[in-house]
Amino acid sequence: MAVKANTKRNNVLPGFNLSLGFTLAYLGIVVLIPISTIFFKTFTLTWPQFWAAVASPRTIAAYRLSFGASIAGALVNSVFGFIVAWSLVRYEFPGKSLIDVMVDLPFALPTSVAGITLTAIYASNGWIGRYLAPLGIKVAYAPLGVAVALTFVGLPFVVRTIQPVLEDLDQEYEEAAATLGASRLQTFVLVIAPALIPALLTGFALAFARALGEYGSVVFISGNMPMHTEVVPLLIMSKLEQFDYAGATAIAVVMLTVSFVILFGINVLQRWSSRRLAA
Amino acid sequence: MSIELRNISKKFGDFVAVDNINLHIETGELVALLGLSGSGKTTLLRIIAGLETPDTGEVLFHGEDASDVSVRERKVGFVFQHYALFRHMTVFENIAFGMRVIPRRARPAEAVIARRVHELLKLVQLDVFADRYPSQLSGGQRQRVALARTLAVEPKVLLLDEPFGALDAKVRQELRRWLRRLHDEIKITSVFVTHDQEEALELANRIVVMNQGRIEQIGSAEEVYHHPANAFVYNFLGNVNLFHGRIENGRVFLGDTAVELENTHTHAHPETGKAVLYVRPHLLEIVMKPNGKQTFPATVKSINPAGPQVKIELVAEWGDMVQVEIDHERYRALHLEPGANVFLRPKEPKLFVYSI
Repeated sequence: MAVKANTKRNNVLPGFNLSLGFTLAYLGIVVLIPISTIFFKTFTLTWPQFWAAVASPRTIAAYRLSFGASIAGALVNSVFGFIVAWSLVRYEFPGKSLIDVMVDLPFALPTSVAGITLTAIYASNGWIGRYLAPLGIKVAYAPLGVAVALTFVGLPFVVRTIQPVLEDLDQEYEEAAATLGASRLQTFVLVIAPALIPALLTGFALAFARALGEYGSVVFISGNMPMHTEVVPLLIMSKLEQFDYAGATAIAVVMLTVSFVILFGINVLQRWSSRRLAA
Repeated sequence: MSIELRNISKKFGDFVAVDNINLHIETGELVALLGLSGSGKTTLLRIIAGLETPDTGEVLFHGEDASDVSVRERKVGFVFQHYALFRHMTVFENIAFGMRVIPRRARPAEAVIARRVHELLKLVQLDVFADRYPSQLSGGQRQRVALARTLAVEPKVLLLDEPFGALDAKVRQELRRWLRRLHDEIKITSVFVTHDQEEALELANRIVVMNQGRIEQIGSAEEVYHHPANAFVYNFLGNVNLFHGRIENGRVFLGDTAVELENTHTHAHPETGKAVLYVRPHLLEIVMKPNGKQTFPATVKSINPAGPQVKIELVAEWGDMVQVEIDHERYRALHLEPGANVFLRPKEPKLFVYSI
């Protein structure tokens, strides 16, 4: 007589069906339905119309700037956010809690405020901009300014994802490496960094995703010159202002798809690297 | 390599972790630092390793001051309680780590490293696990990998911080015996920290009993167990019954009963004063009839016959709880039941006198 396998898992907390149902309904209302309308609107276009909207030189320039500046910002944040997290976790210094709070400011600050402030500082007559201008470095109203703004908004994501992992990383590992004869650099490269890679990837992905969608701060610092300093969200906005709804959603579809693929890729990479660390 | 500690002290804030310790460890010895948590034993071990800097005093390796020698140059193997294996590396890579971080000029060839790793894996009986990750191993296996990783760099001194503390009782015993055999084989100067007196007594050539940052006694298992220097050591090494009493004119009084001290290893004590009498549970005899001044009455409370000895809990006439261990044969002969009134005779009490 075959023993029927008990397929239903008994968990301590019941309510799997309820929570799954709730999750799907919630995601449906909050995420899927709004996003699906973008696709439905785009379907009103014919193929040539779609192609014209998503592959015009101006749009392609915007893609390039958006993705390029977002990746640059996320990379910069990965390096410096790591250093900030490291300092906050490993060292005691006066004003530490103040700095800890400051990290969250880009979360809380309205992005337009950030944009105006950054523009004021980096304009050729601003506090910092006036010293950069003689060197031929133009920040405000240039692609560099976009990258600066996107770095600003992405910083907390990297710091806040690395911080808890770093706190959990016992100093014993470093001590073990030292007693085995490893130098500080070897300890960092061979022992600490590999343990932080999953968190660093997550932080990078979050900062990158946040930067891709950023609108408020970029509007002010970029100058919004088509072909030069126009980011995709802004291009979509200007299409909307011209009542070209289908054109706007077509670009949105491209952005959405590419972002999804990139984030999914990072997610896979992150899972792969963290699986090896699972204790 | 011999280790010498001179006047070592270390404070953490106001807490004195290590208080002016002097200790000499001979080449090839296996020494246990035994104490409760907070006794400073781990701090002392970390000072020897160079992971902690003492406030005062110096550590000498082979007669040379090591104060300015960094951790990585001390050639000290350190085994952590929670293994500290690198989780993203396989067992093989973990063990090879110490050899791979040697500067390129002096680094052995990859083939030499591989051969050495496999030798060590054989030594710790884990040759089939070379490609596993630490997360795929049991606690006992992880600790053996950690030990192999440490031995790979051929340390002059092996330091182990509660090496078996995180393992369950059965594995702990196995590893203990295995470490004993390993030490007999490779004769490396070793110091291990433990709070488990049984572990210290079984493994070490010499035991350093620590309490509140100070050394209470140094000696072989035999010495510290049978000739404890003071009440703390006796109390700490094994179960013990503790009776408060008085000494008057050289006679000990427990409650209302005067116990005649016969055949005791008492330490010098005044004619009169407060005293604490320590008796190990297996050194109390249960008799059915009183025997003059050498016995005192007690009532049986509970009996636990599981194990090699029968553990009996009694209440002395004056209210103290008393633990007694007798063998099964004696237990059967006595026909004991809870509630029975019996008499206890201390066979080898140790007397320590409070200074008042």
